[in-house]
Amino acid sequence: MKRQIAHLSALLHSGEISSEELTEKYIDKIEKEDALLNAYVHTNFENARKAAREADKRLKEGSAGILCGIPMALKDNICTEGLLTECCSKMLKGYTPFYSAAVWEKLSSQGAVLLGKTNMDEFAMGSTSETSCYGAPLNPVNRDYVAGGSSGGSAAAVAADLAVYALGSDTGGSVRQPAAFCGTVGLKPTYGAVSRYGLIAYASSMDQIGVLSSSVEDAAIVFDAIKGRDSRDMTTWEAAYKNTGSCFGDGSKSRVEICTEKFKASDYFTGKKIGLAHVFFDGADDEVKKSVMAVVDFCRQNGAEIVEAELPMLKTALSAYYIIACAEASSNLGRYDGIRYGSRAEDCENFKELILKSRSKGFGSEVKKRIMLGTYVLSGGYYDEYYKKACLIRNETASCFKDIFRKCDFIFAPTSPVTAFKSSEAGGSICGTEMYLADIATVPASIAGIPSVSIPVGTDKNGLPIGMQIMGNRFCEDVILKTAHVLERLYGQQENGNKNNC
Amino acid sequence: MDYKITCGIETHVELSTKTKIFCGCTTAFSGLPNTHCCPVCTGQPGALPVLNRRVVEYAVRAGLALHCNINRECHMDRKNYFYPDLPKAYQISQFDEPVCENGFLELESGKKIRIKRIHIEEDAGKLIHEKGRTLIDYNRSGVPLIEIVSEPDLESAEEAKEYAEKLRLIMKYIGVSDCKMQEGSVRFDVNVSLRREGDGLGVKTEMKNLGSISGLGRAINAEYRRQREIFDRGGQPVQATLRYDAAEDSVSVMRIKENADDYRYFPEPDILSFSISETAIENAAAQMPELPSARVRRYISQEGLPQKTAELLCRYRSASDFFEKTVRCGASAKNTANLIIKGLFSLMPSEEEKESFKTSAAPEETAGLVKLVDGGRIKFNKAAEIIGHMHKSGQPLSRYLKEEDTKALTTQELEAFCVEAISENQKAAQDVKDGKLKAINVLFGSIMKKSRGKADIKEAEKTLLSILKNGEI
Repeated sequence: MKRQIAHLSALLHSGEISSEELTEKYIDKIEKEDALLNAYVHTNFENARKAAREADKRLKEGSAGILCGIPMALKDNICTEGLLTECCSKMLKGYTPFYSAAVWEKLSSQGAVLLGKTNMDEFAMGSTSETSCYGAPLNPVNRDYVAGGSSGGSAAAVAADLAVYALGSDTGGSVRQPAAFCGTVGLKPTYGAVSRYGLIAYASSMDQIGVLSSSVEDAAIVFDAIKGRDSRDMTTWEAAYKNTGSCFGDGSKSRVEICTEKFKASDYFTGKKIGLAHVFFDGADDEVKKSVMAVVDFCRQNGAEIVEAELPMLKTALSAYYIIACAEASSNLGRYDGIRYGSRAEDCENFKELILKSRSKGFGSEVKKRIMLGTYVLSGGYYDEYYKKACLIRNETASCFKDIFRKCDFIFAPTSPVTAFKSSEAGGSICGTEMYLADIATVPASIAGIPSVSIPVGTDKNGLPIGMQIMGNRFCEDVILKTAHVLERLYGQQENGNKNNC
Repeated sequence: MDYKITCGIETHVELSTKTKIFCGCTTAFSGLPNTHCCPVCTGQPGALPVLNRRVVEYAVRAGLALHCNINRECHMDRKNYFYPDLPKAYQISQFDEPVCENGFLELESGKKIRIKRIHIEEDAGKLIHEKGRTLIDYNRSGVPLIEIVSEPDLESAEEAKEYAEKLRLIMKYIGVSDCKMQEGSVRFDVNVSLRREGDGLGVKTEMKNLGSISGLGRAINAEYRRQREIFDRGGQPVQATLRYDAAEDSVSVMRIKENADDYRYFPEPDILSFSISETAIENAAAQMPELPSARVRRYISQEGLPQKTAELLCRYRSASDFFEKTVRCGASAKNTANLIIKGLFSLMPSEEEKESFKTSAAPEETAGLVKLVDGGRIKFNKAAEIIGHMHKSGQPLSRYLKEEDTKALTTQELEAFCVEAISENQKAAQDVKDGKLKAINVLFGSIMKKSRGKADIKEAEKTLLSILKNGEI
């Protein structure tokens, strides 16, 4: 069965299948398959069934939208009222929020059916999801490999069809990289496009909720549903989206146009300018480079022009990213002191002991490492040397991108210089710095706050997916999604037969 | 040996906005613990702050009242430290771009105390220690504060108290705070250093969280004594945070500070930097009410009130507003002021009552009453008695006055009362005749009673003496 949102929604609306049946099918699958994958850390199937029945009622009444009745999943750092939200950390063991994140409010009000919360790196810090206190989710393509991180559970759930779509969060690549590793689509929107209210913060100035899905169109549909200004998040913006309408919402003009039989890649790519920056390819595996360059060639053959993009700051962007992210994290994670919620150390004499013990026991080593690093770079005497410099690099990077987008429509780059790492279970041994370096291609969009979507563009010799990201100017999600959609539909048609997803 | 004392004060003023600085929770003081709370002000994971623009407006107003420069571009910063009453483990405050900088407050002597900066920030929750446990009430968490930082220009406890009193009054007048000391709306941190005449500034110590102005003065004096003793012994005070014990009137060292605290300030990423427009500043300036010192000067120069009366009246903004309304209805300033002070303040024994100045007496009716005093139609004491009734009941003046009350006493009536008083108090009359003038008070008492307080004492004295001297009038 094809499982794209538009298709499923049509079946639900026509009554061919009920949400209850669809949900039951997914619950069944999770019960059978997730023991191996570990994509979910909390499920609440009773709630899911209840939501499905309510969705069915709305579908019958005819008041349902495209997401009504569709089973989906949320990363474990998105607050859900009355449902465990633990950031896969011992520190938040048993934390049940008494409020819901803005994105979940929006989706649940549209009748989304929540299957459960997905596995992730502890507090979203990591690139393999192996820092989760629940153990790592595995890559559905090959379980000897990691699903990526930090939204590894969301990517694995979508790739294994244990959810139609899932939300993740992307701070330095945490949606795009697992999407690339698992062969799904991963959208990181512009910083400020989606409300962070209720997203448990890692690095506030870069955290952004994104979508993992099996098609670009699905990512667009879900993005449409969650984007927009929220009065509870001062960093959200509305104005930029006025009049652009839905990117690919059902029945929108662009969708119809692109989906016609006659539509050719050259109809889209003629006159389009693709930015390429060598830094993104430095250090990337040959297979990854080859796959991405093959897409570039395809576009060039279909009329696109290649523009050399100068991003001199990019080499320092990774350091800047880790300095800023750790600095903010050291402050954001201060609230986990064992006093109001989460785990509390027993038998403490005083507050100081309580907080020291609670934090020492509650946090894992990667989190502690980043808190210490962040505390250090903010300390008196080091602030100017590290944090302030990092902020300058960030501003510089952002203005570099701004200049580039005057010369080109979007930038193509590998999502990750490598395909999925071998899991430590299976004998993989990636060290901390190596792991940080693998974020080289995703971090620039994060520090510049621009949108980027990762799509699968091939596989390596081990059959592991290769992801390519398309970065666009701020608030130009429509441009990158449309480009991704055209590629998804028409690229590789010759080899793979028709990949028509419409 | 004599030492010069230097003080600087950081004043925390709770703003009287309806809602908290970063969420929609009420700032109301009362309320069961942890009932004025939400995900934001209890620091729940994932909650985000939204800056209450009214707080910025209030800070601008405070800045203008203290002659500050208003920064057109501002941002919030995080001040990181761990404490159980601080739910996020950082206080959202302002570090390098406060709303206001470089102002001053003028003391009565004309000396200007420089204001270094005014910034906005959030208050923390409250720890309640009971039965060997510590409980936390987050109702106050997120209540907006402005912190007003003075330069070390205060050179005595008296100056510090005057500064604090004036500051508090200004904040109340401009309507940014109710300044209720008993509810902790105003709190002081004071830095104190001593030095010998001619020396540079000495080492400063800090006393935090002083909740009253008199306490502030006593704490400074206690710290003066402590440091002087150290000097006299040939020692040197060290930089420290101190605790002032009000019951013992003494100061003890809480914590020695070797280095400055490192709060790891950095710009708050959840709140966008904001600008303060020229229009906003102009509007705030245009809406600025008359400040207390100007009002005192005006009461003295234009209304002819004695300085003490003017100051007493202006100390309570609502009372002073009531005074103005009454005078605007044609009542004389002097009698109105006295009626408020003697008639109404006496019914409001506590500072809080005078502060809030809740009265049922309407200014228009009060003016009617004062005018009767002005015209000599009733005596001041009678008026004071009536205003007391009006204060409680809110009834109009006419309810408490019979027609004969408002008619002035005729000479004939006064004479008749005098004759009666003499015949009823033969002994006193004889004493007066014999030169024991004190005895005349007995006669006055009788006359006042008969005339229902309407008799003029001076007139009565003249008439009485004339009768007693001549045996007739």
